[in-house]
Amino acid sequence: MSENKSLLKLRKITKVFSKGTVDQVTALDKIDLNVTSGDYIAVIGSNGAGKTTLLNVIAGVYPPENGGKIIVNDKEVSRLSEYRRAEFVGRVYQDPHVGTAAKMTIEENMAMALLRGQPRGLRVATNKQRRELFRVALAPLGLGLENRLNALVGTLSGGQRQALALVMATLSKPAILLLDEHIATLDPRTAQIVLDLTDMIVTREKMTTIMVTHNMELALRYGNRLIMMHKGRIVVDMNQAQRADLTIHDLIVAFERASGEEFVDDNVLLRPGNVVGISDL
Amino acid sequence: MDPAAVGRLLSFSLYEGLAFGFVTIGVYLTFRVLAFPDLTVDGSFALGGAVAAVLIVNGVNPFLATLVALGAGLCAGLATSLLNTKLKIPALLASILVMVGLYSINLRVMMGRPNLPLLREVTIFSLASQLLGLETSIAYKLVVTGLLAVIVFFILNWFLRTEIGLALRATGDNEQMVRGAGVDTDKTTILGVSVANGLVAFSGGVVAQGQGFSDVGMGIGMIIMGLASVIIGEALFRPKGVARLLLAALGGTFVYRLVISVALRMGMRATDLKLITAVIVIIAMAIPYLQKRIRREWMPPAPRW
Repeated sequence: MSENKSLLKLRKITKVFSKGTVDQVTALDKIDLNVTSGDYIAVIGSNGAGKTTLLNVIAGVYPPENGGKIIVNDKEVSRLSEYRRAEFVGRVYQDPHVGTAAKMTIEENMAMALLRGQPRGLRVATNKQRRELFRVALAPLGLGLENRLNALVGTLSGGQRQALALVMATLSKPAILLLDEHIATLDPRTAQIVLDLTDMIVTREKMTTIMVTHNMELALRYGNRLIMMHKGRIVVDMNQAQRADLTIHDLIVAFERASGEEFVDDNVLLRPGNVVGISDL
Repeated sequence: MDPAAVGRLLSFSLYEGLAFGFVTIGVYLTFRVLAFPDLTVDGSFALGGAVAAVLIVNGVNPFLATLVALGAGLCAGLATSLLNTKLKIPALLASILVMVGLYSINLRVMMGRPNLPLLREVTIFSLASQLLGLETSIAYKLVVTGLLAVIVFFILNWFLRTEIGLALRATGDNEQMVRGAGVDTDKTTILGVSVANGLVAFSGGVVAQGQGFSDVGMGIGMIIMGLASVIIGEALFRPKGVARLLLAALGGTFVYRLVISVALRMGMRATDLKLITAVIVIIAMAIPYLQKRIRREWMPPAPRW
């Protein structure tokens, strides 16, 4: 993987919260990362590992510290604010309420997303041509949203809103898609639907994607690259071949070897369906 | 009550509903659309009256004077929104600061006088009465304010559905989503608060000409009147969509003014008016909470800002 082919480069990204107080936390510790165009990365790690902070830094929620650099398509974007970076970053949040506007209709939400990173003018935001485009984008969800363009988004269920948020995040085909535990709050059935949709859109558009998740099983099943974070550092980085026949147990072993610590995460251990028992550790 | 008196009462309330309706639309834009609690209104309403009056007294065309009043209101809203977005002063405090500051400015605009009479001056209403040859004052007042309301309605109904207008509405709904869509929410906030106060000052300019004077205290309680009208409009018309929301704002103001006029006729003292308006708003805002209390539902603590 030659470096200049990288779509996204992170150089020495550090983020410290509550600096200079007793609560000081190093959320990101001199992270270096190259993301190649077409990468579909699953990021795992326990609570406080820095996963969400990593997405926030890429999205521009806060600037990197101490001269850290973020480079997209050979252009440094470290100082660009969040709304300026939206041009090339689409994002789906854990909470379905964050990605959509409740008091506006589906088509108005879609119109907001359609113009991501483009100058907005005094044309009426929705028209026949755009509505058709929205219908085409919403139809594959199979939720019937394409026939309810005038429904207020606040009347949709959490799963429907998250599916809409996903379509909105990818509508303008941003260079990078960030998924921040985007199925964590959904019920299992809806979570599976949204997950399948994610896979469909990402694969179809060959979208470069970083998906943060708590769920190891998910991280092994989806994507073509796996990153494990611990205490603000990337401790494991596997490509498709390396993670091909991996089990959750292998992942935990890899984690312990890389971090030098025993793996403790009730979330993973107690989740039904995971074949890891306490004895495995 | 004889039918003529009822007609007078209705048409006068209609005139007031239209003239003050621009305040309600402004309050609706800040409080409901932007979720920006803006108290600049009391100051910018009087500012509009002061600017229009002073220009008219100095012989400026009254329509131009009313437009300049609108521009002055835009600047007041600009000040409040800049304090909030660029200096991070909470919206409520920022708007109170501008409102208080405007009191001094308004006195200066009116050349140090607390009251500026406009009788015998050329106003938008006296121009209309000459032009239309209408005798009764209420008839041409209705024609002029009705025309202005139609213009404002069409402009806003279009603007709030444009790409920029959509971003403005979404800002109050979900600021995070708007930034994620690539819009600078500082800019949409500044635009919205400025336009709202422009409308409020425009109303102040129209009302001053309608009542025949501008007074430095004419804005006191205007924010509460606007809020009461917004609440009444929402309760009566349950509006959906931009056009109906705008009409609900005007309708709410009309009903509010009608209720006040009836109460005054029935012997309520004019000086008690502000207290009654405040009580109406308190009741309207307390009802949802009390309903939840009765049903033992959980309510979050009230925001301090």
